[in-house]
Amino acid sequence: MIKKIFHMLLLGVVVSQSVAAAELNIEITQGVDNPIPIAVVPFTWQGGIALGEEIDRIVSADLQQVGEFRALSPANMLSMPDEASEVYFRDWRILAQDYLLIGKVNHSPGSQLVQVQYEFFDVTREQKLVGEMLTGSIDQLRDIAHEISNVVYEQVTGNRGAFSTEILYVSAQFISPELTYYRIEKADYDGHRSQVLVESQEPLMSPAWSPDGRQIAYLSFETNLPRIYIQEIATGERRQITDFPGINSSPVWSPDGTKLAMVLSKDGSPDVYVMDLMTSQLTRLTDHPRAETEPSWTADSRSVLFTSDRTGQPQIYQVPITGGFPERLTFDCFYCAKGRFLPDGKNLVHVRRDTREDNSYSIAIFNIDTQRVITLTDTSLDESPSVAPNGSMIMFATTVNGRGILDAVSIDGRVKFRLPSSQGDVREPSWSPFLN
Amino acid sequence: MGTHSMKFFKTTILAMSIMGLVACSSSGDEEMTTPTATNTGAADTAAAARAAEEARLAREREAQARMEAAALATTVFYFDFDVSEFLASDRDVLAIHGRNLASNSGTRVRLEGHADERGTREYNLALGERRANSIRDYLVVNGASLSQIQTVSYGEERPAAQGQTEASYRQNRRVEIIR
Repeated sequence: MIKKIFHMLLLGVVVSQSVAAAELNIEITQGVDNPIPIAVVPFTWQGGIALGEEIDRIVSADLQQVGEFRALSPANMLSMPDEASEVYFRDWRILAQDYLLIGKVNHSPGSQLVQVQYEFFDVTREQKLVGEMLTGSIDQLRDIAHEISNVVYEQVTGNRGAFSTEILYVSAQFISPELTYYRIEKADYDGHRSQVLVESQEPLMSPAWSPDGRQIAYLSFETNLPRIYIQEIATGERRQITDFPGINSSPVWSPDGTKLAMVLSKDGSPDVYVMDLMTSQLTRLTDHPRAETEPSWTADSRSVLFTSDRTGQPQIYQVPITGGFPERLTFDCFYCAKGRFLPDGKNLVHVRRDTREDNSYSIAIFNIDTQRVITLTDTSLDESPSVAPNGSMIMFATTVNGRGILDAVSIDGRVKFRLPSSQGDVREPSWSPFLN
Repeated sequence: MGTHSMKFFKTTILAMSIMGLVACSSSGDEEMTTPTATNTGAADTAAAARAAEEARLAREREAQARMEAAALATTVFYFDFDVSEFLASDRDVLAIHGRNLASNSGTRVRLEGHADERGTREYNLALGERRANSIRDYLVVNGASLSQIQTVSYGEERPAAQGQTEASYRQNRRVEIIR
């Protein structure tokens, strides 16, 4: 494990790009009642020895994690074809499989390149749906596997797969009351291949992606004051972009990439501002003596959602960036916060505590047209919901047995998977945009 | 955990010293009234009364100093759930902090506001700032200057106690005065 440290800044903040020892491992905690049966035949290796990553296992894991599929165990397969000419649909119909994925990996000894050929079939219609050859370097085997998962998912569901996406999250490793290591890490959506992007002994918060996936914004207390930074992922190069008195927090890029919404309390109490990233010019969006925070953008980059406790308890509001009176969106909850729309712009994902008495914070979806609320989670300290770019799943942070962990839930609440970490608390997941 | 029980201990000492002061001054009053009531007029009796008065004032000054020292040693203030106003029972101690800043204009303090982990992180950042501000404003009412005070909120990011119990939460909803 080679540690490439790009920057060693003052005050103990280390910006690095290293593979973290603590990898997240997925655990499926709840699936659908009638998942689609799919047979993913172990890919054969041509020339040379298998190199660790098994494509078929990664694809099976991908498809099962989102809950809509159930992969057949290879032990129950009647044959193991690796190309179309060896496929007998009868073998798969007997096993009640709807879909079949086969393939082979070609790797010349000594070469850094691999070729992966795969074919995907509809068993009922006895039809090949897609066949492709993907070429990449040996360390891109996981990327190739995720790409195959994307194709399979889109063929079956009609929706774009999000298996090649990544997540940012904050980890906190408590050493002693005087020493905690805070890190911003980046990993594949399934928690694999995590890298530490920032490390500090002072708190780090609110990691956010730029829409092109190349930069992150976050909050660091490294100067003993909360300040916002932007960092280039590939180079580790970074710059501090705010230094206002009071809270500087909650940076969120506009979907068009031109602006950064943020919270500043320089004028007495936390309010939402928008910074033009070209001119650094600030526009104030809210002006209220109570707390306004947790901005998030609508898909058209023209409005911002925020949390405000102007009526006493936190509720979610929406305001156009051209100004105007904020519209209140939530009413029937004691505590509704951290609102963000699904890609449809109608369903509002949020953190919800129904009544003062129930004392439980859940992830819920509120449809602003039908006014219907669906509560998706049953743990009690749920927060920081982040939506996959295809709108299929929501990742959030919760606490189980005293530890901070990341969970994901499908937007209908039927499927759940968990990414436990092997050390420390993890929280504040941020799901990347589509990266390719 | 050790530091927390220490802080509770300090608070107890302070409460006791305030009670001690009350006890002291009331016994002083009795000493004052006794010579007046007997009114013997003898010089040595007057000298004795002066001595007693001086002793009483010295005791009072000493008690006052002890109380101020204890108050200034109390640097962590706790808050009720979802409340940003400090506890009424902390008013006297905070007033002493404020007056101390007023008479030591070179002194700077930092108020660090914290929340417990329930609710969202960014909202808790706002809550921690509001708590620090409520104490800042009271210090200013008692003569401190705004330029002597820096406030910062850590939200729920730096808990004093780990765990999901009400006891831990209570220790985490706090403002710390850092000198």
